[in-house]
Amino acid sequence: MGKRVGMEVSIAAAEAVKQCNVDVVSAYPITPQTHIVEHLSELVANGELDAEFFCVESEHSALSVCVGAAATGARAFTCTSSQGLALMSEITYIASGLRLPMLMIISNRTLSAPLSIWNDHSDAMSIRDCGWIQFFVENGQEVYDHVFVAYRLAEDRKVLFPVIINMDGFILSHVIEPIELIEQEKIDQFLPPYQPLHRLHPDRPVTMGAFALPSIFAEAKKAEEEALRSSMPKLLEVLEAFGDMTGRYYHLIETYKAEDADTLIVTMGSCGETASVAVDKMREEGRSAGLVKIRLWRPFPFEAFKNVTLRAKQLVVIDRAISAGACGPVASEVKAALYGEAQRPSVYNFVAGISGRDVTPRDFIRMVDKAEIEIEEGNKEGFEIYGVRE
Amino acid sequence: MTKPESEWTWKELPIGNVVLEPGNASQYRTGDWKTLKPVLNKELCIHCGLCYIFCPDMAYSLKEEGYFIADLFYCKGCGICAKECPTGAITMVLEEEEK
Repeated sequence: MGKRVGMEVSIAAAEAVKQCNVDVVSAYPITPQTHIVEHLSELVANGELDAEFFCVESEHSALSVCVGAAATGARAFTCTSSQGLALMSEITYIASGLRLPMLMIISNRTLSAPLSIWNDHSDAMSIRDCGWIQFFVENGQEVYDHVFVAYRLAEDRKVLFPVIINMDGFILSHVIEPIELIEQEKIDQFLPPYQPLHRLHPDRPVTMGAFALPSIFAEAKKAEEEALRSSMPKLLEVLEAFGDMTGRYYHLIETYKAEDADTLIVTMGSCGETASVAVDKMREEGRSAGLVKIRLWRPFPFEAFKNVTLRAKQLVVIDRAISAGACGPVASEVKAALYGEAQRPSVYNFVAGISGRDVTPRDFIRMVDKAEIEIEEGNKEGFEIYGVRE
Repeated sequence: MTKPESEWTWKELPIGNVVLEPGNASQYRTGDWKTLKPVLNKELCIHCGLCYIFCPDMAYSLKEEGYFIADLFYCKGCGICAKECPTGAITMVLEEEEK
């Protein structure tokens, strides 16, 4: 078993990136992501990590450098938050369209306006459709672990997609947690050096990012979409292999006391831990409540999600962002997943904890109370922003 | 490309749509974009080569008799050569009106 140490989660993330022996780190500072690249810059400066560290002039350039580096066959890393991610968004679509493996950690933070530095998922949702494999993790150990999973997955010839790990800003990034570190020898076995399928090299010239006319664009997108969807078996295989190495087996959809529950809370990210405390309290009171946590956001694991939710009476879906003019993005995915089923639970949607407002176990219980009453009264598909002062 | 892009199926495309064959842009007919094509009046031509220098698609090349001639497989019909020609030897003519 690896050494268990107390460590700020951002530092643990940077240590994991170092253990993956990346070739290129390119990033622009933005709260609350900064500690990750600050630490990586130290590791490079100290000679502990043999990588090129690029101080770029913007996030647009940060991701562009990663695209260029990955195109030459380098293992590349970047991370960002909020406005920085918004500035990168153009390049996110290019990285996936070119099928270039790389890792980006997003320390999730609210998009302005109003200007805010605190945590929610509005930044991640702004690039939801960019074609990357997207994870949401729950605690520091998961952040650390998913770095290895991400590179192994991204670089697999059957996958070849860039990967995003979403970790909640401050709630995870700035908190000291016990992290079980994995021995370097194990990592070296788990993650072999990157062998690119195609790369920019004068000995064998290729063109990447060429123009496509309408006569071929749809074929190109179909190929990309099929590849993303069919990465699912490899995803399961990599998570299984990681579990075999560490004993920590992760699933695309995690459950907690969900098997026999009438009401299921659905969360994504760090608030899953708080929600599990709420579930315990409700269970003590004899209520039939459970929890479902979405780990893999894209490609969305429709089958795995249906398997654990279809027998419930109602889902209380907690979103940490608003799809303006519609509902929470998680709820809309959940509804899409269930729509084809004759027998399906009601879906009640709360937007909660936007811009870092605390969501306590008591808040989760209140949301469940409210949803159960509303559904009982016939409002089966409700949507509301929770806890707003009237 | 070994065949026109309108014949490729999605399964045949290289991962990431990488173009694996260097220099195959030369096989791409940009000539069918044009409506106007340059026609040279050899009597006015002074062989200065400005059409060759200004052509943005490098469609012009020097032929045996010392004239610069546009390869209509590539020429997009932009008319820059006609505009720059110091003696007015090049005129842009609608393709179907050519005699």
